[in-house]
Amino acid sequence: MSLLEIKDLKVYYPIRGGILGRTIGYVKAVDGISFTIEEGETLGLVGESGSGKSTTGKAIIGLERITQGRILFAGENITKYVGKNHSPYRRGVQMIFQDVYSSLNPKKRVLDIVAEPLRNFETLTKAEERKRVDELLDIVGLSPETAIKYPHEFSGGQRQRIGIARAIALRPRLIIADEPVSALDLSVQAQVLNYMKDIQQHFKLAYLFISHDLGVVQHMCSNIAIMHRGRFVEQGNKEDIFNNPVHIYTKRLIAAIPDMDPSKREETQVFRDQVSLEYDRNFHKYYTAKNQVYDLKKLSDNHYVALP
Amino acid sequence: MIEKELLKINNLVTSFRINGKYYPAVDGVSLRVKENEVFAIVGESGCGKSALALSIMNLHNPAFTKIEGKIFFKGQDLLKLNLTELNKIRGRDIGMIFQDPLTALNPLMKIGAQIEESLTFHTNLSGKEKQRRAMELLEGVGIENPSLTYDQFPHELSGGMRQRAMISIALACKPSLVIADEPTTALDVTIQAQILDLLKKLQKEIKSGIILITHDLGVVAEMADRVAVMYAGQIVETADVHELFSNPLHPYTRSLMASMPSKASGDTQEDRLHVIQGMVPSLLLQKRDGCRFSPRIPWIASYYHEENPVYHEVRPGHHVLCTCFRHFHFKEERRKSRVIT
Repeated sequence: MSLLEIKDLKVYYPIRGGILGRTIGYVKAVDGISFTIEEGETLGLVGESGSGKSTTGKAIIGLERITQGRILFAGENITKYVGKNHSPYRRGVQMIFQDVYSSLNPKKRVLDIVAEPLRNFETLTKAEERKRVDELLDIVGLSPETAIKYPHEFSGGQRQRIGIARAIALRPRLIIADEPVSALDLSVQAQVLNYMKDIQQHFKLAYLFISHDLGVVQHMCSNIAIMHRGRFVEQGNKEDIFNNPVHIYTKRLIAAIPDMDPSKREETQVFRDQVSLEYDRNFHKYYTAKNQVYDLKKLSDNHYVALP
Repeated sequence: MIEKELLKINNLVTSFRINGKYYPAVDGVSLRVKENEVFAIVGESGCGKSALALSIMNLHNPAFTKIEGKIFFKGQDLLKLNLTELNKIRGRDIGMIFQDPLTALNPLMKIGAQIEESLTFHTNLSGKEKQRRAMELLEGVGIENPSLTYDQFPHELSGGMRQRAMISIALACKPSLVIADEPTTALDVTIQAQILDLLKKLQKEIKSGIILITHDLGVVAEMADRVAVMYAGQIVETADVHELFSNPLHPYTRSLMASMPSKASGDTQEDRLHVIQGMVPSLLLQKRDGCRFSPRIPWIASYYHEENPVYHEVRPGHHVLCTCFRHFHFKEERRKSRVIT
C-alpha cells in the first residue's frame, strides 16, 4: 500500500467572459496525472514555470480546488476531506513553501508560528507546548531563544528552517516541499537540504519535492516525474531520467543543465544543438496534433514515457 | 595577440550611509577587463557584486553613497565625469542588462520605443532608420516576429522574451562593454541556456567585453573566460576559468564548490552537502581587518591568516587573498584523519 496515491488528478481554472460572466473555457493547469509516493520516499516533480507543478502540490494539500480525480492517503480515499480543517489527512500532510518572506506571519513570534499546528490538533499546557517547540527548533538547528523573536529578525535560510519546524510539528508522514530552496544562496541551500534529509531519516518522512532545479532534484530524489503542460512527460528513477531520458522534453531539460567543467563547453554546445534540432524535427512525434502530451506508456518496471 | 584593456578598476570602495556612518559594501576591489573577454564576478547575495556593477555605471544614489577609487574605461576615469559626459558613455559605450526585465523595462512604453530611446540619445539616425535598426536588433536576439514585438508592451511578453528585449536595448549602440547583472537568474533552465548562447554569439559579433555578475557557478563554467570570486566586499580569488574550476584555492571558493549538489552527490541516503559554518556577516557588523572569511572556518588556526591580507600570485593570472588557503582543509577531513591516527 502506497502512502499517497493520486489518480487522474485534474485542476481546471474557468475562463469567464461575456457580460454575464459565464464560463467560456478552461485553463487546464493540471490535466490528468497519476502517481504514487511510498513511505519514506522522495518524489521529485520537475517542470518549468507554468507546467502545473506547484498547482499539483497545492491541490494535494487542499489549497486549490480539485476539478476531478482521487487522492488516496494510506489506502483511504480522502478526496472529500482535502482542504477540510481538523481532518486526519490535514495532520498527516504538511507543506514547506518557496517564499520564506510571505509564508511566515510577520506579526507572530516564532513560538506562535511553530506552535500553531500543535494548538489546532493537540491540547497541550503552556509548558508542554514550549518544550515541544524548543525540541522542534533544536531539530532544525535553532536555539530556544529564537522562539520569542519575530520572523523579520532572521535570514532567509533561518526562516526556511522555521518553516520546516512548523511543517514537522505534527509528525506528518508526507511533506510537500514547493521549491523550498530556490530563493536561497548556495551555501544556505546546502544547509536546508541537509536538514531536510536528516529529518526524513529521523521521522521516516516522504517528500513531494517540487523544483525546477535539476541539480537539487538529483541530489534529493530517488524518483522523478517531469511535468509539461499540466501532464507528465516522463517518470522514472533518477538513473532512468538522467542517463536514459526518452522523451524529447526531458532530453532538452537535461541538455540545458550547465556543465561544471569549463573544458567541456564545446561538447555541451554540440549536444545541445543536437537535442534542439531533434526537438524541432520530431516535435510531432512526441506531442498530439493539439500540442498536448500523450498518455504515459510503460517502458520498464519503473520508467514511464508519454508516447503515442 | 595583445588584447587591449577595456576597463581598469583600482581600489574601488563603495560605501553606503546607514545611520550617519558609511559602511563599505565594495571594499578595495581592483580588476581589469580586456576587450572581447567575459569576466565573471561570482558570489552570494550581499557580497557586493551588484553594488560593484552599479558603481561602474554610477547608478547609485549619491545622497547616501560614497564611491572612492578609480574606474578607468578606455583610459578615462568614469568617477571624474559629470552627468552629461557620463550619459554620453552610458548606453553607447557601456550597456547594462538587469536581472529582472519586468522592473527594468518601462511598462508604459512599447518595446520598439524603448530600443529607439537609446538610439535617439546616441545617434543621428532618422525615425525610419531607427525603426529598421530596432527590428534588426530584435531579430538579432532571436525574436521570431520582430514587427509584432516592436509594437508590444512588456507585459505582453514572456520572461525569456522580455530578457531578449532588454538585451537588444543594451546592445542597441554596439557598446564595447556590457555589464550583465544576473541576466538569467529569473529564467527557466532551457531559456537560460538559450540566453547564454545568445550572449556568446552576440559577443563574438560585436567583440565587446562582458562583465557577467552571477551567483550560479554553472553559468560561470559555461560563459566566463576569467572569474573573480567575491566575499564580503572583497575579491578573494581571481583566475582563468579552467584554472579556477580545476584548482580552486581560496577556502571560500572551495567551500562554495563543495556545497553544490552534483551528479555524484545524493547517491546514498547518507550523502550530505558541505555547509559553510556561520553566516555572512551583515554590512554593519563586518570587521574590516584581517581575513574576512576566518570566522567561517574557525578550525583553521588564526596564525595561518595574514593580519593584513594581500593577494598572492600562485600561478600567472591566479591570485588568492590571504595565506590561509595554504593550510585550509575541510572540517570533515580533519575528523577523518583523526580517526586514522
